[in-house]
Amino acid sequence: MNAGEALEVVGAGTRRGLGRPVDAPHTLDVSGLRGVLAYEPEELILTALPGTPLAEVESLLSARKQCLAFEPPYLSGLGTLGGAVSSGLSGPRRPKAGAVRDHVLGFTAVSGRGELFKAGGKVVKNVTGYDLPKLITGSYGTLAVITELTIKVLPAQEDTRTLVVGGQAAAAAARTMKTVVRSTADVSAACYLPQDLSAPGIAPHTPATAFRFEGVAPSVEFRLSRLREQLAAEGPMTTLDLEESLGFWRAVRDVAPLADDPGRGLWRISVPPALGVEVLGRIQAGLPGSRAFLDWGGGLMWLQSAASADVSSTLECERKIRSMLAESGGHATLIRAPEEVRRGVNVFQPQAASLAALSKRVKLQFDPKRVLNPGRMYADV
Amino acid sequence: MLMPAPDPAILARRAELLARLREAVPDGVIEDENSRRAYEQDALTAYRQIPMLVVLPSSTGEVAAVLRICSALGIKVVPRGAGTSLSGGALPLADGVVLGLARLSKILDIDYDNRTVTCQPGVTNLAISKAVDALGFYYAPDPSSQIACTIGGNIAENSGGVHCLKYGLTTNNVLGVEIVTIEGDIVRVGGKHLDAEGYDLLGILTGSEGLLGVVTEVTVRILRKPETARALLIGFASNETAGATVAAIIGAGIIPAGMEMMDKPAIHAAEAFVNVGYPLDVEALLIVELDGPAAEVDHLCAQVTTLAQAQGAVSCRMSSSEPERLAFWAGRKAAFPAVGRISPDYFCMDGTIPRKALPAVLARLKEFESEFGLRVANVFHAGDGNLHPLILFDSNQPGELERAEAFGAAILRLCVQVGGVLTGEHGVGVEKRDLMSEQFSEGDLAHQERLKCAFDPAGLLNPGKVFPVLHRCAELGRLHVHQGKLAFPDIPRF
Repeated sequence: MNAGEALEVVGAGTRRGLGRPVDAPHTLDVSGLRGVLAYEPEELILTALPGTPLAEVESLLSARKQCLAFEPPYLSGLGTLGGAVSSGLSGPRRPKAGAVRDHVLGFTAVSGRGELFKAGGKVVKNVTGYDLPKLITGSYGTLAVITELTIKVLPAQEDTRTLVVGGQAAAAAARTMKTVVRSTADVSAACYLPQDLSAPGIAPHTPATAFRFEGVAPSVEFRLSRLREQLAAEGPMTTLDLEESLGFWRAVRDVAPLADDPGRGLWRISVPPALGVEVLGRIQAGLPGSRAFLDWGGGLMWLQSAASADVSSTLECERKIRSMLAESGGHATLIRAPEEVRRGVNVFQPQAASLAALSKRVKLQFDPKRVLNPGRMYADV
Repeated sequence: MLMPAPDPAILARRAELLARLREAVPDGVIEDENSRRAYEQDALTAYRQIPMLVVLPSSTGEVAAVLRICSALGIKVVPRGAGTSLSGGALPLADGVVLGLARLSKILDIDYDNRTVTCQPGVTNLAISKAVDALGFYYAPDPSSQIACTIGGNIAENSGGVHCLKYGLTTNNVLGVEIVTIEGDIVRVGGKHLDAEGYDLLGILTGSEGLLGVVTEVTVRILRKPETARALLIGFASNETAGATVAAIIGAGIIPAGMEMMDKPAIHAAEAFVNVGYPLDVEALLIVELDGPAAEVDHLCAQVTTLAQAQGAVSCRMSSSEPERLAFWAGRKAAFPAVGRISPDYFCMDGTIPRKALPAVLARLKEFESEFGLRVANVFHAGDGNLHPLILFDSNQPGELERAEAFGAAILRLCVQVGGVLTGEHGVGVEKRDLMSEQFSEGDLAHQERLKCAFDPAGLLNPGKVFPVLHRCAELGRLHVHQGKLAFPDIPRF
């Protein structure tokens, strides 16, 4: 590190394809840093090394009826806790339960200066000093190499069921989403799958607007039945039981409906939820042949581009997506594409000049020689 | 409380500064001493300092103009919301300007479909909830000063409140801000979408105590109000059984909307003040609130009652009406003024401990009472381990103020020793600044201070708060802690 030679930081490698490619002479493999150091269910905290497999953490939690409320996706294999935090991707429960960043309480790390430091704490309520755990989340290993993480864990829900409204065209789905959002249904997830996409538990070749209910059984039953009555005129309805719900929402979480054909680019688009359906329609109109679905009640869109990704078609795709986002607000990230394509486009949303300058200064304070994953997020960061 | 020494060169520029500020904010510069006195302190009333000048802008543009002027002239800036900080966050500097945001008080946008409210920083916390109440919405974080505190101040401190156990702190309920940097750049971070496009600068700005930028616009999440809420008032013969009940509730997978504990001195003070029927023969009282649809609340109340009885609760009452629910809370909410009736002065401390450490910490506080010769009453956000010991003293008695401060510092050190942190919701400010080294090493603090250098390299925003040593950014670049010995040992430390 003193020589200023760059490092690419890797855990299990499941998120190596995320972000811009890193050209570094060395790789720092942290997958050996694994193990749960402390788990205190009544304190709602778990402390572990970053290379601990996510599956191991979740299995430990589920034995005590707890969970990671932010539902990190399992992308291309079995990832690590550190990878989940560093990429900051949250699952369907985000609008209700919070994002990854809302559950990272503290960490220790080695900065780009080669200095070990700690930040945050090991309690759920803490405002002592700057909230560095928020900053490290979603920073793709560009600020510091995490060596220990303390995560907030929460009770798993006793019962889970899903109400699916079938056959809704986009405008109707948007209207239904709004009705649900304004109600006291208190859903823990809401998604819209157009008819060309499939997922376990739902009828093929017909669109699905799905709402997940979690909680104690009498509450789930009460709220689901009430919403089913309220939406009776919207279309044929089905209910998924616990097992079917788990399977369905895992598929949504892991972007399974668009997992085929990895040669096609995959975009992750974040917009104000109420605009989701409209933006989906306009993007798909501008990119014929693309396939997409909405999560987060409309706030998260996954979009698969029409043809095998090459630099020029991806650039065109990027241009169209970003011009639509200029109106709606939000951002788009090219989440999967071949390496040479990711070299040639803006993988992350380009930032306004003052914000970009601030981000760069933040990076340089942690890693002045840019040894940690240089260029992973932006070319000069 | 030692603050950075006033700089005579700055004081000499007062006239020039006054003229330029008056150009930028014609109707909002306070110059005469009596009027400036109104800004000399916040809710940490032990400390006061009349600022050099006070400026009250009415727009983001005026805020930017003021900061550009201060930046150009090297003037320190202390941002201020409603001045309700309990940690001295808005304590002025003799050679600094207080930048009051109270005139930026408009609600700009209410968006029920996106569940957001966008407003200026001077809007009070409660005013946001009131603005959306008619359609059945509210803004969840509820610090006890919510009738007066501003949302801009909430963002600076990452404020909490009773219901943050279930609904999160301010940081978990903010989606976007507009800030003005010390150089006068207007920067937007976030918006109505639900995650960051790059670094989570919104997460860093929230809780930054006025050190990184001045918030000029906020977008917060609003939620549908729960259909019902019910409270349980549970009495225990010991702190141990109360603590064990809290653990059992969480262990059973229940996260109540609120879960508060009071010890005997606090119970007695509160009951004397509001007379709502708190049991006077118990050692500890737990107030547990459950909210949601009636079916859910019924189910959870029954579960909590069973768990409490299994732990040996000596009494358990459930509210049967909204007025009764509010009455259960009235004593807890009046705990601080109630204590103010039985003691000429008090310090409200704020620290977080692992919940399991509570009985041991309370026992140690009893020992401290003897050591320092002062009484303490305790209220406790039992759900998240955030402790508020209320140290009773009389500042007119020689030495009691100093003993009370020493008692407070001892409590905070104890919090850190048992694995907790210095502050759960009131912020570090000046109050806990000199204890930061109890929780963080020099290297840990250096990493935080370097972040400041990315935003405010000249150190003009709120100096003397949060960090015990005023490093210059160039020094931090070379700061190297070798074998625990710090370079630059001669830099002033507070």
